[in-house]
Amino acid sequence: MAEHYSSFQRGGTRWLLQRVTAVFLIGVLAFHFFLLHFVNHASEITFAGTAVRMSQVGYFATMWLFLVTATFHGVNGVYNALINQGLEGTRKNAVKWLLVLASLLLVAQGTRVAIAMTNLV
Amino acid sequence: MSHSYDRGFIEDFGRWREFSAGMWAWIFHKFTGWVLIGYLFTHIAVLSTATASDPAVYTDTLQGLEALVIVRFLEVGLLAVAVFHILNGVRLLFVDLGVGLEAQDRSFYASLVLTGAITVASVPTFVGGVLA
Ligand code: HEM
Ligand code: HEM
Repeated sequence: MAEHYSSFQRGGTRWLLQRVTAVFLIGVLAFHFFLLHFVNHASEITFAGTAVRMSQVGYFATMWLFLVTATFHGVNGVYNALINQGLEGTRKNAVKWLLVLASLLLVAQGTRVAIAMTNLV
Repeated sequence: MSHSYDRGFIEDFGRWREFSAGMWAWIFHKFTGWVLIGYLFTHIAVLSTATASDPAVYTDTLQGLEALVIVRFLEVGLLAVAVFHILNGVRLLFVDLGVGLEAQDRSFYASLVLTGAITVASVPTFVGGVLA
């Protein structure tokens, strides 16, 4: 059985970006779970602990990239699934811009939160 | 390049009885992907307590959530979902590269078994403090 199921149109830009972000996410998502459940127990998270981590430039940058790539990958995945369900024309456009807006808001809020977690302000 | 063939309307979940391993892998991958993006929006909303002027709001909110047994179980579920999406995602990336095509079904079962094992092994750490 060599059939190949993918929700994406192979070779397209969105297909490629879905894969590029996936590769990055493998590492950071696993790292994130490991750090916040096994190294630091989730129940022991405090603002002070978060601030120490987020005030390191490397960690901050990693988390911010995590935010951006996860948002893109997740929302692009949802958009793609809706296209497969037969979304077309005006409705497709409306959904597209709605999703773009939701993503921008998520990234903007996530960025505000990330900055508030540092001791920069 | 790739040639296409009529595989039927795969978004038709009503056909689940006819599904092969690859179809299940595809359904699980969708489901876990949607859970993850849903979680991300919720996660940022909860973490937004960090923007309050009093740092205690963030600490109290997170610790309050972690004190609930139900939240701990949801987290175990989230871990299972994330682990499956990662492992199956890696499998999909290999399939795209044309590597291991003949082992597609086996690698899907391997993803399932590994997800189960990692999840079970993590339960003590995840529920530690509220139950154990
Ligand atoms: C139950 C498991 C999880 C816990 C306990 C957790 C906890 C946290 C905490 C405490 C932070 C703040 C940074 C820090 O203290 O180091 C954070 C940030 C973040 N988490 Fe999670 N997380 C979990 C799962 C996830 C998952 C599954 C995703 C992806 C879908 C995710 C995405 C993010 C992102 C993108 C940030 C950065 C937020 C920002 O830049 O504003 N987390 N997480
Ligand atoms: C951690 C590593 C991850 C890997 C290796 C990965 C891999 C993939 C791949 C290869 C696809 C495309 C499947 C296809 O062509 O049908 C996909 C779809 C998707 N992913 Fe991920 N992903 C990861 C993390 C995430 C995260 C963090 C989120 C959520 C924020 C997410 C949400 C989704 C969604 C919503 C889809 C679309 C599912 C559908 O077809 O309906 N993924 N993932």
